[in-house]
Amino acid sequence: MEITNNQLLRFTTAGSVDDGKSTLIGRLLYDSKSIFEDQLEAIENTSKQKGHEGVDLALFTDGLRDEREQGITIDVAYRYFTTPKRKFIIADTPGHIQYTRNMVTGASTANAAIILVDARHGVIEQTKRHAFIASLLRIPHVIVCINKMDLVDFKEVVYNTILKQFEEFSSKLLITDIRFIPISALLGDNVVHRSEHMPWYQGGPLLHTLETMHISSDINKVDARFPVQTVLRPQREGFLDYRGYAGRMASGILRTGDEITVMPSGFTSVIKSIGGPSGEINEAFAPMSVAITLEDDIDISRGDMIVRSKNQPEGLQDIEVMLCWLHNDSAKPRAKYSIRHTSNEQKAMIKEVIYKIDINTLARKADDSQIDMNDICKVRIRTTKPLMVDSYRENRVTGSIILVDDGTHETVAAGMIV
Amino acid sequence: MGKYYLNYLDELESEAIFILREVWAQFQNPVILFSGGKDSILITHLAKKAFYPSKIPFALMHVDTGHNFPETIKFRDDLVTELNARLIVGLVQESIDEGRVTEEKGKNATRNALQITTLLDAIEEHKIDCAIGGGRRDEEKARAKERFFSHRDDFGQWDPKNQRPELWNIFNGKYQEGEHFRAFPISNFTEMDVWNYIKRENIAIPSLYLAHQREVVWRSNSWIPNSEFLVLEKDEEILTKKIRFRTLGDITITGGIESEADTLEKIVQEVSSMRQTERGNRTDDKRSETAMEDRKKQGYF
Repeated sequence: MEITNNQLLRFTTAGSVDDGKSTLIGRLLYDSKSIFEDQLEAIENTSKQKGHEGVDLALFTDGLRDEREQGITIDVAYRYFTTPKRKFIIADTPGHIQYTRNMVTGASTANAAIILVDARHGVIEQTKRHAFIASLLRIPHVIVCINKMDLVDFKEVVYNTILKQFEEFSSKLLITDIRFIPISALLGDNVVHRSEHMPWYQGGPLLHTLETMHISSDINKVDARFPVQTVLRPQREGFLDYRGYAGRMASGILRTGDEITVMPSGFTSVIKSIGGPSGEINEAFAPMSVAITLEDDIDISRGDMIVRSKNQPEGLQDIEVMLCWLHNDSAKPRAKYSIRHTSNEQKAMIKEVIYKIDINTLARKADDSQIDMNDICKVRIRTTKPLMVDSYRENRVTGSIILVDDGTHETVAAGMIV
Repeated sequence: MGKYYLNYLDELESEAIFILREVWAQFQNPVILFSGGKDSILITHLAKKAFYPSKIPFALMHVDTGHNFPETIKFRDDLVTELNARLIVGLVQESIDEGRVTEEKGKNATRNALQITTLLDAIEEHKIDCAIGGGRRDEEKARAKERFFSHRDDFGQWDPKNQRPELWNIFNGKYQEGEHFRAFPISNFTEMDVWNYIKRENIAIPSLYLAHQREVVWRSNSWIPNSEFLVLEKDEEILTKKIRFRTLGDITITGGIESEADTLEKIVQEVSSMRQTERGNRTDDKRSETAMEDRKKQGYF
């Protein structure tokens, strides 16, 4: 298949258990002809065994034994489909009680979030929570799908009421691109094909929106940041003096001849060459994986960051972070964790909980310093050495961190630098 | 102003290179699990790019069931020579001889599940802390749940309910003594992407993927190749057909399809109009609804 608008769009879906998330994904895949015959046969059989009328499209997404038995989604799964316009990656996240942790996992790399609202219930607490997390994670595009329109007789007034409810509360959030689409995932209205039941809706169906959304600006192309992953020293004929810094552009653009500074050492040099996946290139931009060589021999290793001399991140040891706690074990007060920021790893301590967010009311609670699973709170972290950070708002790659428990090695928290 | 975005194949390539470099940086003794199939060939090709101009820093590890297509073994050995890489072979036959696994009996017997023991033994013997695999999330529903960095406990088991969250591009490869990781750099490639990429990069692949006249027998709804391991049933006969394989596994279980696709261009054409999944011809996946998940929990890659 020739793909004309050949970009990759990653999106995540959010909604409570019965909002029809799995059905929507099943419908997208089914109507865009992305389901193979043997897969269809398998779910037709399962649907029959379960006594469903027709094919239960939700069965496409639940792959694990326990998920199929219990009819719930346990963990994030990834689905793929391609249309003549784009390739899509869906992070299919569970909607049940562990929502924060799962949504954060699915959303961290997403260009777009689809938030499902049940047309019969309108904007509920869960909708607000999802919108808040999407806003917190700075997902560039949010699509609110008002689902189950078939159950409210496809009435425009229902759609308008929900749209207004959502706009009122979301004005406080940091979402810049919100769209609304009335759909019926079950019947396929406005998912891939335009609905005949809702002539009052002038916008395009969901797939069209996903295909045409402008995503080239989702990555920061202004601040050149190149975290070094590893150093290439080939020590072989023809490359005896070669010393390449391998990494992936986190943001911005670097060109040969650019004056650069290596953080944290502060040494400066000039970019001599850039090796791309298919040979030498003159410029590298995010998210390209390249190897950079410099005019001068400087001591650079994993964890260092190459930046343009005139545009540097801040080296900070005291960092304010919006933290989402992911683990069953609660945060231990003043305990040390490993902190991972790009390719850099240091030790860190949570010095102070500034406030905790009540995820139900979105109110700030200043007097609560207990951090449990799924909690979101603003904390002050002290690291043993400075990290070269940007704010998450400016840069999703150099503005994010994880905390790792040194005893269990588990990833316990995800953080966004304020 | 130029075009400052990547097309999807370049983005997938960049992501895979990033992950291969992360594996190299975070682990002491990582290897590439090399089966001679298109996915492990693709991984090896990407590793070449990730570390150029250095040579590929990973050894290739082949879990050899003994039931191979002869072309696969030749392809493997040629590639190892070309890359000047180290080859580690774990022999399933050895595990059988040592009594560590018992060979299945009957018409549909395969050595597929037996690989698990051999793989885990080889990982332990060679002190491998990360095995890089060509698994893709579009292959199978249990694989759809797989992380890029997949933690395995000290029995080599995958616990789908207790996976480490994977956020942004920050991968956590820390493990306790005795545990290890599997890494899947091409998780986000689909079968179509793999073929488009192989075609674009003109990557050499075993001729088994291209349509040729081959001796086959019709069994379990697919064309199983004739080999020394094939035990013919009474009602079965060997025919010659123009066949190619979409996936390569053990010669005893890999079903071919009738095809005219004898060039990469034609394969891409054919795959884009396929109505059956790639693994639809693998009898190992047809054993139960959760065959892959069950194998992965035991340590399968």
